[in-house]
Amino acid sequence: MGSRASTLLRDEEIEEIKKETGFSHSQITRLYSRFTSLDKGENGTLRSGGNQCACLLLYLLISKMRILKHMTRINMCLLHREDFQRIPELAINPLGDRIINAFFPEGEDQVNFRGFMRTLAHFRPIEDNEKSKDQNGPEPLNSRSNKLHFAFRLYDLDKDDKISRDELLQVLRMMVGVNISDEQLGSIADRTIQEADQDGDSAISFAEFVKSAARFQKEM
Amino acid sequence: MYFTLFGIHIVRTTVWKEDSFPHAGIIQREENSMEEEIAGQRRGRFNLADVMYFSKKGCEAVAEDEVTRRFSSEELVSWNLLSRTNANLHHVSWQLTVVWVIGILIRYCLLMPFRICLAVFSILLLVLATTVVGQFPNGRVKCWLSNQVQMMCATLGVRCLGGLVHFHNRENRPQEGGICVANHTTPLDVLILASDGCYSLVGQAHGGLLGLIQKSCMQTTQHVLFERSEMKDRHLVRKKIREHIADKAKLPILIFPEGTCINNTSVMMFKKGSFEVGGTIHPVAIKYDPRFGDAFWNSAKYSMMTYVFNVMTSWAIVCNVWYLPPMVKEVEEDAVHFANRVKAVIAARGGMSVLPWKPGKRGNKSAYPKHRIFDYQSWRTTIKACACSKFQQPVLCGVSPDRLFPVTNQNQKYFCPLVASKSGMGLIPELLFVF
Repeated sequence: MGSRASTLLRDEEIEEIKKETGFSHSQITRLYSRFTSLDKGENGTLRSGGNQCACLLLYLLISKMRILKHMTRINMCLLHREDFQRIPELAINPLGDRIINAFFPEGEDQVNFRGFMRTLAHFRPIEDNEKSKDQNGPEPLNSRSNKLHFAFRLYDLDKDDKISRDELLQVLRMMVGVNISDEQLGSIADRTIQEADQDGDSAISFAEFVKSAARFQKEM
Repeated sequence: MYFTLFGIHIVRTTVWKEDSFPHAGIIQREENSMEEEIAGQRRGRFNLADVMYFSKKGCEAVAEDEVTRRFSSEELVSWNLLSRTNANLHHVSWQLTVVWVIGILIRYCLLMPFRICLAVFSILLLVLATTVVGQFPNGRVKCWLSNQVQMMCATLGVRCLGGLVHFHNRENRPQEGGICVANHTTPLDVLILASDGCYSLVGQAHGGLLGLIQKSCMQTTQHVLFERSEMKDRHLVRKKIREHIADKAKLPILIFPEGTCINNTSVMMFKKGSFEVGGTIHPVAIKYDPRFGDAFWNSAKYSMMTYVFNVMTSWAIVCNVWYLPPMVKEVEEDAVHFANRVKAVIAARGGMSVLPWKPGKRGNKSAYPKHRIFDYQSWRTTIKACACSKFQQPVLCGVSPDRLFPVTNQNQKYFCPLVASKSGMGLIPELLFVF
């Protein structure tokens, strides 16, 4: 299981992903086999059937082509939105669509393994020994600020760096369901904005979001 | 606290965790299901960071979801010296390697040849004995003889595959005219149950070695065998089963309602067909101990012969079989509810989790079959996802108990007349999900 997938993922690639995301070698190979199993279309075509060629030369030629296909497959392995939507637990998650959107870069319809890992890296727990090292390098993907940014992007659909009342209402409606009326939902949204907003523009900017999230953390 | 919640702990397979067999996997999860946690969340006030909980759950599902995990072998918490269960083949220490090599020698050079000899002997014995018994005139003597032959051969079969079975509550053993249901992990389930009692089997007619064994069994007992095409005709299946149990002299019929092999960590949704025919249901829970050998047959990965070879070269197949008290469908109960009740009883006894999802048909190698029906009841909506060949794009079907429609999935909203007409709601805009 693990050993087969790692032959398709080169060591340099694993090193690069390790540096960027902070996952360990074995975690990366496990997630790669998960990635390839989600990508249903490619799996079917490459492993099915055998060559029924009568001519040996033709067989050799085709097997060479398959090897080439294998080699290019590493970068060709791509996930689309339907692949994510096939996961049943994601389908019942109220924010399922937005989470799926978070995997896909701006305006694109497919994601490769690097992008997949980059998004999952946001969810890696912050380890104590990471806090002190490498202050000069780029911020790790799972830093507190990046995690908050990920959550902020789930609200902010139009990417104007502000959570407006409408966007907040949309997310509230998705999370809460039908049993609460529009007026109640509106008042919840208004109260939340009122508590978080500091510069009086009745929208929540990223800085205000960070502050309110920190306050809730202290309440816990 | 939110930030520890926001981090998913990804663990390796060799990390030790107490009592974690049902939960072992790549991700370390909390014990509650999403429904309970959602219910818990609503008691407090809403705050902006609530979205983090759902996104964490969503990404956990992306990294590993509960359903597909059940179609591959269970992950072990600590290695049992079989290389096939070690997903991360890396060197730990030379002492362990020595122990592993000794283990290989024992398994391949000592246990396996002995088991193969015993297997050959038992198949020959089966064919011979059933032919002999088949010559007898029909009567009580023949029935008794054929039962003895069947049980003896099944016991031999279990032994030659290295099986060690503990039976519990034998007073609840299925009687004539009943239907025995059990969770399905491997074709060996049949052998194990047959070694302690006689059953009529419902199954597909096979060719090859298995077909030979089936034919010899058919000579002495009445089994219900189908062709592949007949299995799709549910009415025919039901009719045959009903005829069989109506005749009290016939042996109890053995059915696996899941329909396919699951990896013994959970029980998936039972097909309601066998629960509709009436009669007494005798549930049986079968739980394999994964530390001695992996009994699960991953039919997409291994052929039957490879699987048998793997079983013969593991340490042993240790399992516990619990016979549960018989259950009867109540008058107002519908078949689905009854099936769920039986499923819950079996899962509770076997220590397996209950999954509300239905396993798909696994004939080919693809991990996600094209047509699949999920039926999930959550605390606020009933989401029915259907496979409709007319619509290729994904659609989401959400019907709340009070018939209001929540969750307009902002990009997708399609009609599926197939489901709409089945649920009797006409062309109300149900949103349907196609896998």
